[in-house]
Amino acid sequence: MDNETKEVLKDPMLIKNPITIQVLGICSALAVTTQLKPALVMTAALTAVLVCSNTIISLLRNKIPGSIRIITQLAIIASLVIVADQVLQAFAFDVARSLSVFVGLIITNCIVMGRAEAFAMANPPGKAALDGLANSLGYGLILVTVGAFRELFGSGKLLGHTILERAADGGWYVPNGLMVLAPGAFFLIGFFIWIQRTLTPSLNEEA
Amino acid sequence: MEFSNKYIMGFTLILCLVCALGVSATAVGLKPLQDKNKLLFKQKNVLLAAGAIDEGDSNELVAQLFEQITQVIIERETGKVVEGDPESIDTIKLSKDSSTSEPIPSEFRRTMVKRISHQVLAYEVNIKGLKKIKGLAADHESPDTIECLVIPIRGNGLWGPMFGFIALSPDGKTVRGITYYQHKETPGLGGEVDNPSWKALWPGKVALDDTGKPVISVVKAGAVQNPEFEVDGMSGATITSKSVSNMLHLWLGDAGFGPYLKTKSGAQ
Repeated sequence: MDNETKEVLKDPMLIKNPITIQVLGICSALAVTTQLKPALVMTAALTAVLVCSNTIISLLRNKIPGSIRIITQLAIIASLVIVADQVLQAFAFDVARSLSVFVGLIITNCIVMGRAEAFAMANPPGKAALDGLANSLGYGLILVTVGAFRELFGSGKLLGHTILERAADGGWYVPNGLMVLAPGAFFLIGFFIWIQRTLTPSLNEEA
Repeated sequence: MEFSNKYIMGFTLILCLVCALGVSATAVGLKPLQDKNKLLFKQKNVLLAAGAIDEGDSNELVAQLFEQITQVIIERETGKVVEGDPESIDTIKLSKDSSTSEPIPSEFRRTMVKRISHQVLAYEVNIKGLKKIKGLAADHESPDTIECLVIPIRGNGLWGPMFGFIALSPDGKTVRGITYYQHKETPGLGGEVDNPSWKALWPGKVALDDTGKPVISVVKAGAVQNPEFEVDGMSGATITSKSVSNMLHLWLGDAGFGPYLKTKSGAQ
């Protein structure tokens, strides 16, 4: 693997992370992270859509007329999202219900359009697919971590298995109500951004 | 790179066709699986309303328990159970046809149900040996036998139609449980119809008085005066609360399952 490929793979997970650095996809990151399972499924759905959309758009990049490129990208992404939604409803009905509108809202997720416009339009398909994968994993990394924190401290469980016995069920743990609500995710993501900027001072803007 | 207008038109056309083809193929191809999921989810909600299962129980258990439920066709006006294959009856479809349905009384206009079919479906639940099926110990506190009637209810909420079930005791007088399996209410406000702690307010409430008139109602949050038949409303969801109340009066009343429930309770 040459250095450039490594960069394409590694950067979106850390110093170009879609959520903590670019602050994209926040809406879904708040909404689907009350539990770990929907966060994992959402990551899978976004990965499928982003890898496919990046590949297809990259394949067509020399054929897409510049004047209608945004709507072309949108049409491709929207079709892929509908397919992903239909597949979820057929094979993972319960999770699809808990994700409700947010699978459909992948269409408006800025990460997908952003990668199509910024990367896939200018790079060959293999590299574009890799970029899509890396970006969705960067998104997923934050989503899954936030989801794990929120489920563990909000309801004492992980993937539905009890880890911390709740006081209401005769255990010792009093769940943190903040974690169940959307602001809990805001605080967590805020903490991640803080930690990341402390560890990598080069990210900080000039005061 | 410059493209001619002709090329752009052609490109757009082909792109649209390919996208449409892909989306339609997936939708049509996956429809049978999705329908199966939807049916199973509906059956799960019948059992949830009856209090036979918990939210997290497996689909296998749902399918197994559902075999012990009899779906009955009822002639709405007389309340008599008639022969026939319940699977062949689609009450929503029948309600749209003026020869197989009739308009609802005007005081229920706000439910937006419009018409109710002459033939309606209900579920008569008679589950025995529940603990054994679930693999629980014989001295477990959950009930072993569940006998109740489950009646489908529907009507408009704030944002769109709500579909659900209400379970009543075998004499039709007491509520056993309620669930909604499809609705578009605001999450956190009207969406609280799904909240287990709100649903837990229902069991034990009186549904019908001695004359068979529906008395169960959802009142303004925190304003319950007659706890035997009034359910505390959801705060911030006045319209949803009223809709739930309204549709229960429709479906449990004379225009709905009233006559059928009277045959069960013996009221005149």
